[in-house]
Amino acid sequence: MNILIRIKRFDPERDSKPYWDEFRVEADPIDRLLDTLNTIKWTMDGTLTFRRSCAHGVCGSDAMRINGRNRLACKVLMRDVGNKVTIEPMLGYAVIKDLVVDMDRFFEKYRSVKPFLITYDNEPGTERLQSQAQREVYDEGTKCILCGACTGSCPSIWGNPDWVGPASIVNAHRFIFDSRDQGAAERLQLLSRKDGVWRCRTIFNCADACPRGIPVTDLIEQVKRAIVYGGPEEA
Amino acid sequence: MYHKFDVVIVGSGGAGLMAAMQLPNASVAVLTKVYPTRSHTGAAQGGVAAALGNREEDHWKWHMYDTVKGGDYLVDQPAAEILTRDAIDAVYELEHRGLPFNRTEDGLIDQRFFGGHTRNYGEGPVRRSCYAADRTGHMILQTMYQSSIKNEVRYFNEFLVLDLLINEGQACGVVALEIKTGEIHTFHGKAILFATGGYGRAWRVTSNAFACMGDGMSIAYRRGIPLQDMEMYQFHPTGIYKVGVLLSEAARGEGGKLLNGKGEYFMERYMPTLKDLAPRDIVSRCIVQEIKDGNGIDGKDYVYLDVRHLGAEKIAEKLPDITDFARNYLGVEPITEPVPIQPTAHYAMGGIPTDIDARVVLDSQWTPMPGFYAAGEVACVSVHGANRLGTNSLVDLIVFGRRAGKHMAKFIEETSHVPLPANHEEFSREYVDRLYSSTGGESAAHIRSELQNEMIDNVFVERTDEGLRHALDKIADLQEAYKKVQLQDKGKRFNTEMMEAIELGFLLDCSEATIHGALARTESRGAHFRLDYQKRDDVNWLKHTLAYRGTKAHDVRLDYKDVILIDDPIFKPKERKY
Ligand SMILES: Cc1cc2nc3c(=O)[nH]c(=O)nc-3n(C[C@H](O)[C@H](O)[C@H](O)COP(=O)(O)OP(=O)(O)OC[C@H]3O[C@@H](n4cnc5c(N)ncnc54)[C@H](O)[C@@H]3O)c2cc1C
Ligand code: SF4
Ligand code: FES
Repeated sequence: MNILIRIKRFDPERDSKPYWDEFRVEADPIDRLLDTLNTIKWTMDGTLTFRRSCAHGVCGSDAMRINGRNRLACKVLMRDVGNKVTIEPMLGYAVIKDLVVDMDRFFEKYRSVKPFLITYDNEPGTERLQSQAQREVYDEGTKCILCGACTGSCPSIWGNPDWVGPASIVNAHRFIFDSRDQGAAERLQLLSRKDGVWRCRTIFNCADACPRGIPVTDLIEQVKRAIVYGGPEEA
Repeated sequence: MYHKFDVVIVGSGGAGLMAAMQLPNASVAVLTKVYPTRSHTGAAQGGVAAALGNREEDHWKWHMYDTVKGGDYLVDQPAAEILTRDAIDAVYELEHRGLPFNRTEDGLIDQRFFGGHTRNYGEGPVRRSCYAADRTGHMILQTMYQSSIKNEVRYFNEFLVLDLLINEGQACGVVALEIKTGEIHTFHGKAILFATGGYGRAWRVTSNAFACMGDGMSIAYRRGIPLQDMEMYQFHPTGIYKVGVLLSEAARGEGGKLLNGKGEYFMERYMPTLKDLAPRDIVSRCIVQEIKDGNGIDGKDYVYLDVRHLGAEKIAEKLPDITDFARNYLGVEPITEPVPIQPTAHYAMGGIPTDIDARVVLDSQWTPMPGFYAAGEVACVSVHGANRLGTNSLVDLIVFGRRAGKHMAKFIEETSHVPLPANHEEFSREYVDRLYSSTGGESAAHIRSELQNEMIDNVFVERTDEGLRHALDKIADLQEAYKKVQLQDKGKRFNTEMMEAIELGFLLDCSEATIHGALARTESRGAHFRLDYQKRDDVNWLKHTLAYRGTKAHDVRLDYKDVILIDDPIFKPKERKY
């Protein structure tokens, strides 16, 4: 199939403002969009810039705005995009070059919610016990690959760049609801602040954007409830 | 720009992060060319092996036996003992750091079957693989990264290391390109750890990420350090047809089977005891044999992986990611259809030679280079010998990553910084400048794809003298062409074209060493299978290859190092049957 690819380009070293560039490429219907971007880079325009690594949706490098929605370029197949595709960098992040955005802020916010196991007991000689049901409660959040697609699709972030954003809350949830963790109160306190969970307006863009199928909005709701009720519900 | 740290770690996969964790009182820099959580460890699916015995009786010594035999006896046995003994505590450590393992009904870490892991020295399969659904590597990487946040490790993200600095016979730093700015940085350290992963991108069909370009191996090789056993490269049996994306062995661990074009579950014929759970080198060869015998699907170059009989529920619970891959990249529904697969380039058993404390050694006499360490896939201790068992890489990362960290912690107490060598940035600056200014007209992408095709054609599951010689000539040509690589992007800022060109240089070096080792080794052992020498030859070849770089592709120097055996009849080399 022959496809017209429109890409929003911007190299601050060279360009005074972003512009639209167009490429016509031949692609196989089951090629990934990432393959097509590589074809452009390798055979047409070596200056086209984007991130990628794993090429199969597990590393989170290549989140970008594809036909108006945040997607991983390596999980979108050519047959699913139609004969004209528009690609832009994700909104809500500063552009470094072309499709590459600055993720430093995103990772800072992630770190701010204490996304690590907090325990005050002595460690047992073997594993800590956890039932299958207890494990299930926080399973969804463990799938997060920190691609930033949810956060970049959220109108609350566009309006309030300081907001902690959905990805951080997903990862806080992952620990708040882990039966082995003893830091729920600290995290809930952090998240109850001005730039915490309450800026979420339940718009569901995040859940739609998540390439890992995480019910992001539901998890945020659970955290809100935990704040209101003073702790996570037991499994 | 100049930076000074006690320890400089290159690579933030499982190995690099595990090492960083052991250094709470030192100043540590972790350099990585991708964000830490994008490292390739995150792609590992199946699990991490440890003889916990949570499902049935198990012992580290059985695990050691499997590792040694799986590696076709090219394993250094004392290292395998450390691997399998320490695995148990290392897995508990991961759990204590928060890793969300699947659980048994009793709340213990759950374990499942995996290829080549057996009970009682080969009697039958044993459940030894500890797992978190089919994203165990992802969970290891996340858990380690999360722990590192707690420990306030200093990261330099998207820094591409170009060179290793050596002075007075000691490693003392690295030079790196900051991708965002194009600036060159020097990191001065007392101890340097390479944890840069593998080089699967040398083959066209591979399970490896774009980042797996052999960086660390090549950088060391250019500085006179040998590469060990590079001919031992693993081709995993079940890559998605044409794409190479991995369908984890967990699929067979849970009961999936290989099916040929005649509708036959053919592994039963080749390996009556372990069947589809035989080690990877064997299963890959069986697939290639089936295809050669005309038993591929519709006579073509692939067979099926069949999980239909597991049922929708088990597939959804235990194999969600890989089901997703089949749906996404092939449009195949594994619950109702078998999945087309072929062998895919997967794992480097070889690499930078190290001792059991992850110290890099320079020759057949085990002479260490003070201050230089390597761990993970980039290193060769050697616990995987000629063929790695599934789930043994993740253990390798955590066990030897940890040992590297602990040894460095002691080492930096006892030493001070060695001064940097004169003109220490010269090599890197010239390399980058040459790429910027070249008008040679060659395309890095084109050279890379020629290399990848050649490696699939002649340095794959089956090898011959003629094919390997062809590959060597080809590499020599490609290296000449590489000198004329010209970039379109002349900018400093986030120049990924520059990055890809530099990485191609790494890949060519690793391929060169692989071919030399393979050409010289006139026997078949583990993953190295020679059609013209089909038998293992312990009299002449029970030894490790060391390849030293020459001035061009044809004049690599080879040396050999003894395999270390221990005095226990159980581990004596014998014929490998399953
Ligand atoms: C699809 C797949 C599934 C697998 N499943 C399993 C499994 O189930 N069980 C198992 O045991 N093993 C598995 N493996 C193997 C295992 O995942 C890898 O061998 C292992 O993760 C390698 O880890 P590492 O820490 O050595 O390197 P990696 O995780 O590859 O990390 C390398 C690091 O080095 C950095 N780096 C590299 N070059 C440079 C440079 N020049 N400058 C700066 N930084 C650099 C990278 O940024 C990265 O951070 C699997 C492998 C694949 C491909
Ligand atoms: S929750 Fe989903 S969309 Fe958001 S960062 Fe994680 S994986 Fe990406
Ligand atoms: S390249 Fe890894 S998620 Fe797309």
